[in-house]
Amino acid sequence: MAKVFIYPATSLILSDLVARFGHTPLSAAIAIREHVQTAGLESPPLQITPEDPKKGLKYAAVEVPSGVRGRMSLYGPMIDSADAAIIIHDADLAFGCMGCARTNELIQFLLKKRKIPILELNYPRTDSEGEEFVAAIKHFLDGLEKSA
Amino acid sequence: MTEYRPRYAGTVTKYVFIESPDLTPSDLAIRAYEISEGVMIKETCFGLQITGKEDEVNKVIEELRKSDPSHIFVKDRGFPPGDRRRCRANLGGARPGFFGHECEIGLVRFVTHGLEALPDRPAEAVGHPPCPAPEKRLDLYKLKKIIEKEES
Repeated sequence: MAKVFIYPATSLILSDLVARFGHTPLSAAIAIREHVQTAGLESPPLQITPEDPKKGLKYAAVEVPSGVRGRMSLYGPMIDSADAAIIIHDADLAFGCMGCARTNELIQFLLKKRKIPILELNYPRTDSEGEEFVAAIKHFLDGLEKSA
Repeated sequence: MTEYRPRYAGTVTKYVFIESPDLTPSDLAIRAYEISEGVMIKETCFGLQITGKEDEVNKVIEELRKSDPSHIFVKDRGFPPGDRRRCRANLGGARPGFFGHECEIGLVRFVTHGLEALPDRPAEAVGHPPCPAPEKRLDLYKLKKIIEKEES
């Protein structure tokens, strides 16, 4: 069972398909759950404490806005532990402020830098594209099993 | 600074989305109540939220999937149900994350078709999914020429 980082990290479709084909999806919810379930001092809304941007320094330089570093403190450790990744490029739902946009670019850069197997695709817009989409993801995930 | 005490510590919450012509969220909720052993189930307009120990939640989801495997989609949720930081009852307007789900739920019918067609495909057949078109970037020499033209 491989750990597969999914991008967009909140994707329902990717999260479901990765789990359905027997692997562990690394999604935003996992990191957020860890934060909101850890006792400490109240730091609403996501329990991102001043310590988190410091953790993010491992992934983004000090002059990078703290919002990017805070986000990277959630995504960075998951990228480090990922065995593979699936990236969807035309995801409108990944749209956000500049912090989100820069974090999205950094996530993709760090994933490619790690040289792990990556599947890059677009969302299906027709039935036949849906067929190819699911088949490609299954083939990719089955390949991970063999290489593991 | 106030102390933060998490609710439902040590549990997981998962969304179960249903996009089926034969099954409604309430049918799924009734089935979930029948098989749940101590997990918390919340029925929503799109499906369910299930909270509890990870093994127990996975067991319930595994059973639920059998009702309509290609039309049920599952994902993790970071916050427990009813959390004041996310719950629509406290915030007003759409719940954060709603627009992402709205965007993807419109596309799951194609994924459903793909899942249903999968057994008919040869096991070794590689899929050719829609791929991102290569970005056309401005050639460096062309940029240099433009700069020179502007400067002259």
